[in-house]
Amino acid sequence: MTARRLVRYGSLGYLALILIAPVGLIFWRAFEHGFGTFWTAISNPDAMHALKLTLEVAVVAVPLNSIFGVLCGLAIVRHRIPGMGIVNAVVDLPMALSPVVVGLALYLLYANNGWFGTWLNEHGVRVLFAYPGILLATIFVSLPFVVREVVPVLREIGTEQEDAAATLGANAFTIFRRITLPAIQWAVVYGVVLTMARALGEFGAVAIVSGGLAGRTQTMTQYVQAAYENGANETGAYAASVVLAAIAILTLALMTVFGQREDSLGHRGA
Amino acid sequence: MPRARRRALGAPTLSSGVALGYLSVVVLIPLAALVAKGTQGGWHHFWQVAWNPEAQAALKLTLGLALAVVGINAVTGTALAWTLVRDNFVGKRFVNALIDLPFALPTIVAGLTLLALYGPKSAVHVYAAYTRWGVLMALLFVTLPFVVRTVQPVLIELDREMEEAAASLGANRFTIFRRIVFPHLLPALLSGLALAFARAIGEFGAVILIAGNLPFKTEVAPLYVFQRLESGDTEGAAGLAVLLLVISLAVLLGIGGLRRYATRHDR
Amino acid sequence: MRRSVSVLLALAALAAATTAGAAKKDTNLALAAYSIPTAVFPKLEAAYSATPAGNGVKFSNSFAASEVQSKAVAAGLPADVVNFSISTDVDRLVGAKLVDKNWTKNKYSGFVSKSVVVFVLRNGNPKHIKTWDDLVKPGVDVVFPNPFSSGGARWDVMAAYGAMLREGKTHKQAIAYLTQLFKHNVSQDTSGRNALNTFLAGRGDVLLTYESDAKSAQAQGKPVFYAIPKATLQIETPLAAVNTGNKAEATKFVNWLYTPVAQTIWADNGFRPVDLNVLRTYKKQFPPRPQLFRIGYVGGWTKVNTQFFDPTSGIIAKIEQSLGVSTGG
Repeated sequence: MTARRLVRYGSLGYLALILIAPVGLIFWRAFEHGFGTFWTAISNPDAMHALKLTLEVAVVAVPLNSIFGVLCGLAIVRHRIPGMGIVNAVVDLPMALSPVVVGLALYLLYANNGWFGTWLNEHGVRVLFAYPGILLATIFVSLPFVVREVVPVLREIGTEQEDAAATLGANAFTIFRRITLPAIQWAVVYGVVLTMARALGEFGAVAIVSGGLAGRTQTMTQYVQAAYENGANETGAYAASVVLAAIAILTLALMTVFGQREDSLGHRGA
Repeated sequence: MPRARRRALGAPTLSSGVALGYLSVVVLIPLAALVAKGTQGGWHHFWQVAWNPEAQAALKLTLGLALAVVGINAVTGTALAWTLVRDNFVGKRFVNALIDLPFALPTIVAGLTLLALYGPKSAVHVYAAYTRWGVLMALLFVTLPFVVRTVQPVLIELDREMEEAAASLGANRFTIFRRIVFPHLLPALLSGLALAFARAIGEFGAVILIAGNLPFKTEVAPLYVFQRLESGDTEGAAGLAVLLLVISLAVLLGIGGLRRYATRHDR
Repeated sequence: MRRSVSVLLALAALAAATTAGAAKKDTNLALAAYSIPTAVFPKLEAAYSATPAGNGVKFSNSFAASEVQSKAVAAGLPADVVNFSISTDVDRLVGAKLVDKNWTKNKYSGFVSKSVVVFVLRNGNPKHIKTWDDLVKPGVDVVFPNPFSSGGARWDVMAAYGAMLREGKTHKQAIAYLTQLFKHNVSQDTSGRNALNTFLAGRGDVLLTYESDAKSAQAQGKPVFYAIPKATLQIETPLAAVNTGNKAEATKFVNWLYTPVAQTIWADNGFRPVDLNVLRTYKKQFPPRPQLFRIGYVGGWTKVNTQFFDPTSGIIAKIEQSLGVSTGG
C-alpha cells in the first residue's frame, strides 16, 4: 500500500506545486486589495476594449474553424482524394508550432514588402497591426481542434448508415444533415470548446502581428502583459488574468461535461 | 449504389477544395513565406547571418530544457495517469478535470502567475525568476497535460487479467509494471512526450515574463526569434524560426509514425 | 411618392450631417511612444481632453522601445502622434514620408521634454557606486537595454562615452571603456522600461536609464534611489505629428504639449520641461549638472548612429559581436 500512497501523494503534490499554487495565486493577488480595486482595474476603457476585441476575434475565428473542421474531417476520412495524408499532417502543424513562428510567418507574408502585403497595401487593405492580422493569427493557432475531434469519430462510425441512406435515395446534404452531423455533434461541440479556449488565450502570434495599440489593436492577453510591464498597474494585470482564468475554468467545466458525452458514445481518443 | 456514391462524391470535391483553399491561405502560404525568407541567400548566408553564438546558445538551451521536461514528464505524467485511473480518492474527478487547465489557460496568464509565485515578490520565498529553473517551471506547467492524457486511455482499456495472472505467479508490483503494463503504455507515452517536447521548444507566453532577457542564460529560441524581429533583424529571426519549424515537423512525423506502429501492434 | 422620397433624402442628409458632426467631434488619436512615458501620457491626455481644443478627442496609446516603435510605424502601425527617444527615430519616418521634414521647426526644435542619464541604485548602495569608473569595477553588474532596439540604451552608451571624453580620455580609451561596460552588462532588455523591471526584479547592481523613469520608480515606492553622475548626457525626446487623416487634430495636440500647463504636467511626472519658465520653478527636482553635455558634443545623432550603432559596422556592433551577442541587421 505504501507504493500506492507514494505514487498518489507524489503525483498530487507535483500537481499542486506546478499547477494549483500558481493559479490560486492569481485570484489572491487580484482580490487582495478588495473587490473595489479589482473592479476599477478591470473596468477601465483599455481593458474593456481589449476584452471586446478578443471576443470579436473569437466570434469569427471559431465558427470559421468549426466549419473548416467538419469539411476537412469529411475530406480526410471519407473522400479518398490523393494528398489527404499531407492535409492531415498540415492540420496538426499548429499544435506543434511555436506561436512566435506563426506570428513571424504572417508578419513576413503581410509586411509592406511581403508577397501579399505589397498588393494589399497598394489597395489600402491593412492586415498587420489591425483586426485582419489578429484574426488570421488566431485562426491559424486554433485550427486543428475540431478536425482532430471529428476525424476519429468519422472513422469509427463508418459509412454503413450513410450508404444505406444513399441507396434509399437521399442526396448528399440530407445524408450529412440527418446522419453524419448528429453522429459527430458531440465531437464538434467538444472541438468548438477547445477552439474557443485557444482563440481567447492566444498571445505569441498575436503579439507579433497586432502592434498592441491600447484601445485599438490590443487583445486581452496583450493587455495582461502591458499592464504588468507598466509597473504601476500590476493590479490591472492580475485583474485581467482573473477574467481569463475564469473563462479557462468555465472551459474546463464544459470540456468535462461534453467530454463525458463523447466518451459515453465511445468515440473519444485519438 | 454506384450512382448514389457518385452523387455523394459530387459535394466532396467542393468541400475538399474549400478545405484545401482555407488551409493554404491560413497555414501553408504564410509558412512558405517564412521558409523563403529564412533560407534566402542559401546555406552560406544562413551560417553567416542567422547562426551566430547567441542563436546557437538559444537553440541549445531550448533543446536542453525540452529534454529535461520530457524526462520529468515521463515520470510524473505516468504517475498522474496511474493515480487517476487506478487509484481512488476524494476529489478525483475534480483533479482529473484540473489536468486540462494548462490547455485552457492563456499562456501569458500562466507566465504571470509563475512569476508571482517564483519571482521577486514570491509568496513562498522561492526565487527562481530570471533563472533556468524558472523557465523550466513554466515549461512543466504548459506540458503537464500531454503525457497524462495520452497514457490515461491506454491504462483505462488495459486488460487486468495478465497483471493478475502475474501477481498470482508471485511477481511483485514493480516487476508487473515494468514487464506487463509499461510495454503497453510505451507508444502512448512516447506520443505524449513528443507532444510535450514540441510544446516545450516553442513555448513563448509562459516563458517571456519569467525568463527576463538574458541571452546565453535564459533566452530560449522563441524569445530569441521575437527579440530579433523586434530589433528589425527579420533574417536572423526567420533563420532560427525555420529551424524550429523543421523540428516541429520532425516531431509530428515521429508521432504519426508512433501512431501507426501502435495501431499495427494492437492487432 | 416623390414627396416621401425627398423626405427620406432630407432625413438621410440630416442623419449624415449629424453623424459627420458627431464623428468630427469624436476623433481617436493613436500615440506611439517610447517605453518610458506610460504614466504621464494618460495624464496629459486627460488634461487635454478638458480643454476646448481637446474636447471629444480620445487616445489609443502604445509604448515600446523607441527603435522598435519607429520601425513599426514605418511598417504600418497606426499612429497620429509619435514621441520617441532619439530624433533619428523620427527621421526614419520622414524618410518614409510619414512625417514632414519641418517637424523640427518650432521653438524647441521638436523636443517636448528632456531628461538626463542617471544611475539607479539599490537602497544602501552596497557596492558604493558613484562614478562612471565604478561601473567597470570587478564584480559590478550593470543593467541597460539593448542599443539596437532601445533609444534609451543609446543615450546611456553615449553618456558613458561622452563622460570619458570629459574626463580627458581619448576616443580609443573611451571605446575601451565601453567594451568594459558591455562586459559588465547582465541583461539586454528590449526597452528602457523592461530594463527597469529587470533591475527591480533583482538583477544587477546599477541601472542606467532616464532620470524620468528613475523618478517614476521612486514615486511608486520601489526600494531604489538614483544618482546623477557629474558628467552626463542631456536626453531630448522628439515629438511629431504624423501625416494621417487626423493630422490637424494631432498637430493641435502636439502644439498643446508645449504649453505651460502641459509642461507642468511633464515636470510633475519626472520629465524635465523644455519651457524654461516652468523649469525654473522645478529647480530642486531637476538639479543642473556641472558637466552636462548634449548629443552634439559627441557628434550628433546622425553621425553617432552610423559610427556607433550601425548593425554591422558600428563600434557598438563590433563590441557586441566580440562578446558573442547578436546585433540588429
